[in-house]
Amino acid sequence: MTGMSSIVKTVTRWVSPFIFAFGIYIALTGHLTPGGGFPGGVIIAGCFILLTLAFGKEATFRLFNLKSSSVTDSLAALSFLCMGLLGYVFGSGFMNNFIESGFPGTPFRLLSGGNMPILNLAIGLKVGASLFAVFAYLALFRAIEED
Amino acid sequence: MLPLFVAIPLGVGFLLPLIEEFRDRTRLFSVFVLLETGGLLALSLIKFGDKGIYRMGGWAPPFGINFVQDGLTSLILVVISGIAFVTTLFAITYMKEYENLGRFYGLFSLMLAGMYGVALTGDIFNMYVYLEVAAISSYALVGFNRGAEEIEASFKYLIMGAVGSVFILLGIALLYGSVGSLNIADISVKVSELPNDSFIVLSTALFIVGFGLKAAFIPFHSWLPDAHSSAPTPISAMLSGVLIKVLGIYALARLLFNGLNLPGVAPSILTWIGAGSMFIGGMIALGQKDLKRLLAYSSISQMGYITLAVGMGGILINQGKPGIATLALMGGIFHLVNHATYKSLLFLFSGSVEKIFGSRDLSEIGGLNSISPVSGAAGTIGTLSISGVPPFNGFWSKLVIVIAAIWGKLYPLAGIILFTSAITLAYYLKVQRQLFMGKPTKKASELTKTSAGLYIPLIILAICCIGLGLLYLPEIRGLVLKPAALALQEGSEYTKLVLGL
Repeated sequence: MTGMSSIVKTVTRWVSPFIFAFGIYIALTGHLTPGGGFPGGVIIAGCFILLTLAFGKEATFRLFNLKSSSVTDSLAALSFLCMGLLGYVFGSGFMNNFIESGFPGTPFRLLSGGNMPILNLAIGLKVGASLFAVFAYLALFRAIEED
Repeated sequence: MLPLFVAIPLGVGFLLPLIEEFRDRTRLFSVFVLLETGGLLALSLIKFGDKGIYRMGGWAPPFGINFVQDGLTSLILVVISGIAFVTTLFAITYMKEYENLGRFYGLFSLMLAGMYGVALTGDIFNMYVYLEVAAISSYALVGFNRGAEEIEASFKYLIMGAVGSVFILLGIALLYGSVGSLNIADISVKVSELPNDSFIVLSTALFIVGFGLKAAFIPFHSWLPDAHSSAPTPISAMLSGVLIKVLGIYALARLLFNGLNLPGVAPSILTWIGAGSMFIGGMIALGQKDLKRLLAYSSISQMGYITLAVGMGGILINQGKPGIATLALMGGIFHLVNHATYKSLLFLFSGSVEKIFGSRDLSEIGGLNSISPVSGAAGTIGTLSISGVPPFNGFWSKLVIVIAAIWGKLYPLAGIILFTSAITLAYYLKVQRQLFMGKPTKKASELTKTSAGLYIPLIILAICCIGLGLLYLPEIRGLVLKPAALALQEGSEYTKLVLGL
C-alpha cells in the first residue's frame, strides 16, 4: 500500500474537492475580489501536492502527469501572450483591454472586466501546472536516488 | 512595436518546449531560433535611433507600466540582438550532440526576453521581474550539462544571484516607501524634492551591492569564474558578452543617473569599485591555466573599465564638467560594445579550441595556427583587441577613457587604467605564446576537423572587432555613442520623454 495511513487518506478525500473548488473560485473572481490567477493557481497546485503526499505519486500521476503539466504550463503561457498580441489586432496596442475599455469590471458580475478574467485563468493554469511540475520533478528524483 | 522585443522571445521560449513534448525536432528548433534572433536583430536595427515610450495597455506613465526607448536603449538592443544572433549561429553546430535542445533554446529565448525587458522598461519593479526572468533562466542554462561541476557552479550562481536579487528588491521597497512611485522618471522628480532622505541613501547602497553582485564587481565576483566556465560555450558567450552588462552595469547606471539623480558619493564608490575590479581581476587572470577561467577573470577586469568610466562620468557631472563627463560616458559605453564583441568572440573561440583539442588547459594544448589557421586568426584578432593593440576596437575605447581621466584631472585613475592595460596584454601574450605558436602537442595529432558552422561566427565577430574601431571617428561617434551618453547624462530629458513634462 503506497501513501499514508487511512486517516490521512480519508480526510484528504473529503477536503481536496473543496480546496480545488476554492482555487478555481479565487482564480475566476480575481478581477472582482482580492486574489487572482497566481494565488488561485497556487491553491490548485497545493491540492494536487496534498493528493500526492496522501496517496503516493502513482495515484496522482494517473490524473495529471509530468507531460500534461508541462504541456498545460506552455499552453497557458502562450495563451496569455496571445491575449496580449490580440490587443494589437482589436485594440490600440499590446495588452490593451480590447473587450471592455475605460475602467473595466462591474462588482458581483463574473462576466465583466473584458480580458481580465481570461488572463487570470491563464495565469492560474500556468502557476498551478508549473508549481506541481516542480514538486513532481523533486519527487521523481528522490525516487531515482532510492533505487 | 517595442513590446515585440519581449513578446517574440517569450513566445518562442514557451513554444519550443511544447513542441519537444511531442516530437524532438532539432533542425526545426534551430530554424525557429535563427529566425527569432535574426528577426530581432533586424527589428533593433530598423528601430535604431528612435525615441519614444510605449504605454502597456494604454495606461499613462506614472501609474501604468511603460517601455522607454532612447539613445542608450537603442544601442543596448542592437548589442543584445547582434551577439544573440551570432551565438545562435554557433550553437546550431556546437550543440548538435546535446539532448533536450527544445528546452535549451527555450531557456535561451526566455533569457533574451528578460534582457530585452530590463533594457526597455521604465518601471523599477518591472525591471526587477525581467531581471529575475533573465537570471533564473541563466541559472538553469549554466547547469545544462548536468555534470557534478556544472551543477555546483549553477548552485553557487543561484545562491549569489538570489542574494543580489533580495538586495535589489529591498532597495526597491525602501525607495517606494519614501517616494511612493515605481516609475523611474517619476522617482527622479520626487527624489529631487527630498534631498538627503536616509531611506534613499540606504536604497542606493542596496542597489550598488545588488546590481554589483549581478555585474560581478570585485568583492562580489566569486560566482562568475565558475559559472562562466562551466556553462555550455554559447551560453558563456551570452553571459560574459551581454548578461552581466545588461543586468549589472546598464540597470545600475539607468537607476543612478536617470532615477536617483546621482546621489553624493555613489559615483566615486562606483569608480573605485571599478578600478579595483579592473586591477584585481587582471592580476588573478594572469595566473590562470584554464582558457575559459582566464577569459572569465578577464571579464571581471574589463567590466571594471566600463564601471570606472561610468562612475567617472558621474563624478565629472557632479563637478560641473559636462563636456568631459560626456566623453567619459561615451568611453564606457564604447567599451561595453567592444567588450561584448571580443569577449563573445573569445568564448566562442575557446569552444572551438575545446572541440579541436578536447581540452582547455593551456599547458596541454598548442600550435593552433598550424592546425586551424582560420580560428587561429580570429582568436589572434580577439586577443589583440582585448589587450588594446592599436588598429583594433579595444584600443580606441581605452584611449577615450584615458583621455577623459586626464582631462578630468583624475590622474591616479588614468595610471591604474594604463597599468591594467599592460597586465591585460601580458596575460593575453601568454595565451598567444602557448596556444597559437609552438608545436602541436600529442593530443592535437588526433584532432577532429572543425566545420564551417564553428568558424563563420568567429569570422563575423572578428570583422566586427576591426570595424567597430570606426566608432571613434567624430561623425559616427556623434551618431551612435553621443546620444547614448547624453541619455544617461541628461536626466531631465528622460523625465521629459516619459512624463511629457
